Amino acid sequence: MTFIQLFFIFIAAATLGAALLVVTTRNLIHAALWLIVSLFGVAVFYVILNAGFLAMVQVVIYIGAIAILMIFAIMLTRKVSKVPKPAFNSNWIWALLIAVVMFGSMTWILNMWPQFEAIPTAIAPSIDPLRLLGVALVSPEAYVLPFELASLLLLAALVGAIVVAWESR
Amino acid sequence: MFDPITEIGNWFEGVLANLGLSPGSVTIILAVLGVLIVVSFVLIIDIVLVWLERKVVARFQDRLGPNRVGPFGLIQPIADIVKLLIKEDTTPFGADRIIYNLAPILALATVLLIWSVIPFAPTLVGSEINVGILFIVAVGAIGTLAILMAGWASNNKYALLGAFRTVAQVISYEVPMLIALLVPVLLARTMSVQGIVKEQEIWYVFLAPVSALILFLTGIAEIGRTPFDLLEAESEIVAGFHIEYSGMKFGLFYAGELLHALTIGALFSTLFLGGWRGPFVEQVPILGVVYLFFKAFLVYFVIMWIRYSLPRIRIDHMLNLNWKFLTPLALVVLIATAVMDKILINASTRGYAIGMLIVNIVIILLTLVILHTYADTKRERVGELRPTANPDAAISSRDKTPDVSTLV
Repeated sequence: MTFIQLFFIFIAAATLGAALLVVTTRNLIHAALWLIVSLFGVAVFYVILNAGFLAMVQVVIYIGAIAILMIFAIMLTRKVSKVPKPAFNSNWIWALLIAVVMFGSMTWILNMWPQFEAIPTAIAPSIDPLRLLGVALVSPEAYVLPFELASLLLLAALVGAIVVAWESR
Repeated sequence: MFDPITEIGNWFEGVLANLGLSPGSVTIILAVLGVLIVVSFVLIIDIVLVWLERKVVARFQDRLGPNRVGPFGLIQPIADIVKLLIKEDTTPFGADRIIYNLAPILALATVLLIWSVIPFAPTLVGSEINVGILFIVAVGAIGTLAILMAGWASNNKYALLGAFRTVAQVISYEVPMLIALLVPVLLARTMSVQGIVKEQEIWYVFLAPVSALILFLTGIAEIGRTPFDLLEAESEIVAGFHIEYSGMKFGLFYAGELLHALTIGALFSTLFLGGWRGPFVEQVPILGVVYLFFKAFLVYFVIMWIRYSLPRIRIDHMLNLNWKFLTPLALVVLIATAVMDKILINASTRGYAIGMLIVNIVIILLTLVILHTYADTKRERVGELRPTANPDAAISSRDKTPDVSTLV
């Protein structure tokens, strides 16, 4: 077992453990902070896979924006951590079923993938993955249409947010 | 080529390899040592900053500053540290202990992390990563989290208010800061910090003065110094997010804040003032450290100058300045730079720089014209006659029917 495999198992365990704590912790702020640990673990996976750009974007967007906004929303909600509410509602059996089926099928599909046990190899220094990603996002042969559609969707969301927050005069 | 640090590193690597260690463990030992050296070096500079800050603020306020302990009060920071260490370590009632204790560590650690990608010299950089600029932004996001944690875990309404203000300010100012950071990335065609310094044959402050100014202003807002110190406004919320912290835990926040100001100085110098660039740096790379810190301290001094000269900005003005002025300006500069870059694609280095400078000057002039027109309309509105309560007018018009509008 190489160092990178041990490291991967350690990070995977930490990510999954933190994710488990997110759903079991009764204190909402603690749950949000555990979510941050879990999201950070995912960023570490990107680093292991030589995807530094995605790792940084993961931290900037998921921790820097989404998680902080979630904490902000929780803090603005009155006494949210003091009122005990049941952790399960009547739909828990269906949620469990779907989760088990999803996990099982994903494991099955990944197991059929020939490179399931492959170890990431170092990228040659002549290749700049960041530049390739940038070119791919704007070249017509690659992803320019999905990229522009995603931009349009974000713009629509932005306009929608302004409309919702607009003070009617 | 005289380069002692690389030579010492190579020599030590040889020593470790001769001891029979595997190459992997040699790399790990060298990395840990490198981290220790950079962190210690930066923290020692931090101690000097405590003295410098107190001495400079004293001169601005026509005082002497620390002058009792040691020559020119130089030992004062050591005395401060001893005092902070022996003070009682209090935890407020109802505080969330783990988060409360984690927050100051995280606050200082995030500032230290930024130094890992700032190149000290041509051959001396903590970690050469190709997404350095994005790394700095990501680390800054975790710093915001530390302040939010401190404010919430203290179980104090003023601390919580301070944390809310911080998040409102820092997240808003991150937007123009990110856009301004894109301009050097665009000019250098790389996100690596070392790459940006290497590309600066002409300092980027001449190619992109508007972006430099935006980065400087948003940098001051990110560290929450006057005029953007709403997060710890003494007259409103006592001390903000660190109100409940005592002893060395407060010391960590304080050290983090001072170091963050120098870090912004170093970042600004790296991106716009050529970083380690200076005379003879190609022959003697270690000189780069001197140049970098000279420039960083110069920017730090300007930040102090602004801090001790200006009053605090009001919260709605703070948000208006960001969303209605800095963000549109940053967007315009980014688009103009991108368009000019395509137009000047065949120009020489000098022609390219002059073209960029002219575009920036045009943008500055247009901005000034727009601001002037806006100020004029504002002034007219303020100068308009408004109906006020006037007893004389009420008495003289007693015979007539009382005019309600004059009494409003």
